[in-house]
Amino acid sequence: MSTPVLELRGVGKRFGQVVAVTGVDLTLDKGEFISFLGPSGSGKTTTLTMVAGLQKPTEGSILLNGQDVVPLPPYRRNIGVVFQHYALFPHMTVAANIAFPLQMRKVPRAEAGQRVEAALKLVGLPGFADRLPSQLSGGQQQRVALARALVYEPPLLLMDEPLGALDKNLRAQMQIEIARLHRDLGITVLYVTHDQEEALVMSDRIAVFNHGRIEQIGRPQALYERPATRFVAGFLGDSTFLAGRVQTLADEKAVVQTAHGVLRGHAATGLRVGGAAIVAVRPERVALLGADDAPRDNTVQGRVSDVIYLGQSRKYVVRLEDGAELLGLQPVGAAGVALSEGAEVRVGWTATDCNVLPAG
Amino acid sequence: MAVVFALPVGALLMRSASDPVWGLQNFRSLWEEPVYASLIRNTVQISLATTIGCILLAYPFAHVMATQPRLTRLLTLVVLIPFWSSILVRSFAWMVLLQNNGIINESLLWLGVIGQPLELIFNRTGVLIGMVHVLLPFVVFPLYGSIRAMDPALMPAAACLGAGPVRAFLRVQLPLTLPGLATGAVLVFVMALGFFITPALLGGRRDAVIARMIQLQVSQLGDWGMAATLSLVLLVATLLLLGASQLLVRSPARRVAE
Ligand SMILES: Nc1ncnc2c1ncn2[C@@H]1O[C@H](COP(=O)(O)OP(=O)(O)OP(=O)(O)O)[C@@H](O)[C@H]1O
Ligand SMILES: [Mg+2]
Repeated sequence: MSTPVLELRGVGKRFGQVVAVTGVDLTLDKGEFISFLGPSGSGKTTTLTMVAGLQKPTEGSILLNGQDVVPLPPYRRNIGVVFQHYALFPHMTVAANIAFPLQMRKVPRAEAGQRVEAALKLVGLPGFADRLPSQLSGGQQQRVALARALVYEPPLLLMDEPLGALDKNLRAQMQIEIARLHRDLGITVLYVTHDQEEALVMSDRIAVFNHGRIEQIGRPQALYERPATRFVAGFLGDSTFLAGRVQTLADEKAVVQTAHGVLRGHAATGLRVGGAAIVAVRPERVALLGADDAPRDNTVQGRVSDVIYLGQSRKYVVRLEDGAELLGLQPVGAAGVALSEGAEVRVGWTATDCNVLPAG
Repeated sequence: MAVVFALPVGALLMRSASDPVWGLQNFRSLWEEPVYASLIRNTVQISLATTIGCILLAYPFAHVMATQPRLTRLLTLVVLIPFWSSILVRSFAWMVLLQNNGIINESLLWLGVIGQPLELIFNRTGVLIGMVHVLLPFVVFPLYGSIRAMDPALMPAAACLGAGPVRAFLRVQLPLTLPGLATGAVLVFVMALGFFITPALLGGRRDAVIARMIQLQVSQLGDWGMAATLSLVLLVATLLLLGASQLLVRSPARRVAE
């Protein structure tokens, strides 16, 4: 196996009493696209700036291509960084901005000119060389920032919420474009976002941050379908949580006694028989059962308290007997039970479609 | 306001060509008598040196003020203190500090850094220390403003792109703060041209400046014509400088805006 492009070992950062990041382990292989996803203040930016060299970790080590870079200042790391607000130099033209890192690397003028042109073409802005950043739209500025970070072909590209300042349509467009650049250039990317959809669409792997640590890391689908903790299940997509106590545990299957009867699901790690547990179920996995339908692995009863029309689907809330609420999602136009507020319903889902997680 | 100000100034300047008799004799002596040439040279030298001294001190000062929010208030206070004391008090305070048996020389002697007291006062050094002290805020505040106006991500971005601290400063921060720096420098230079109490109190015999001579000619020699001629020289120089700086300061800003 080749050396990973980036490796973090037990990285932590403390500001006085505040622990911003703690115990972060991570490896990034060549060509991989990893997103940091997490709520505000969870330590994503701090981790990224430590990789860039703008802040020093208070513990742990950071290896770039196998070499410890903690003692190196940012200008000796040769990493590409794209900032949320672009950070283009306002007094330089687009071409001068993109040529800047090449000048710092003493690339001959003629070669630099060609590479600037190629970089502009790459991000779809040929002919913009002589404009000033103030004469560009937000999306165009972000492309220039991207070109400036790519032009010197860094082994690693860091992006901190690069699309955060753009409107929704432009974001979607830029997501596709960044994904294309990643694929075509084979660059290794570390991407910070707090938009879960963005993370799901673009990433090879997602690291979910919470309270300064990585709560779970994995492929988008694995993370979505098999969250390891209640936090991940709730942060990535919607989930309903039903509390209970583990009755039996076997072969990654758990049986949980809850106020709504016995529920079955895929067992996460960290459970023990007799211990408190949470059953997490995704709304789109919940099915409305008609009078003749056979019960599923998990079946509960309640009264529909809300129906929300979402265009492609309807979201509904079933109020269970003890007051707990269960979310369901019904595709619009689907055959089956009609939804109406106040109706008594039975809903069910299969055991493999739900996760039993440790409580707390 | 314009009338109240312009009339007496106009009347004074008139005297350069009418006192003691009508004619250009005042301008001729300005040109021919070497004392005036040396006055003008002194004034320009002192003003330039003061401006450079202010820039060199003000830049790091304003930089810390703008980038360390916790120190901003304290440093503002420090730089404003000279404004709250009279120019006389300030100059006498410097005398106490700078003279041969003043605090600075005594401490340095005691520490063994020097063997002989340094000549810190009643010469050019004293004049510059006093003037830089008074005029520092006029560079610090415009500069503080333009450093604050910079996107704080620019310098980290430059570092990530491979620029060491010196190159990042020269290529990014300096050009972007040049308007503030130029504003402050011109202000200091122009004000320094008109200073006379500080050079008189802290300088030596060879530090005579135009403004001091104007005052002497009016109050002691009664030569209103020559005083008016020198005033005219100062006024024209000041206006030319301010005009030029307007062009200079505005052009980069305009380039960015277009
Ligand atoms: N310079 C600093 N001094 C003190 N505390 C800091 C500093 N920088 C960050 N922190 C703290 O560290 C924690 C992590 O901050 P960080 O900026 O990494 O979060 P984030 O995940 O990027 O959040 P967001 O999504 O809002 O950008 C926060 O609690 C923050 O207040
Ligand atoms: Mg952040």
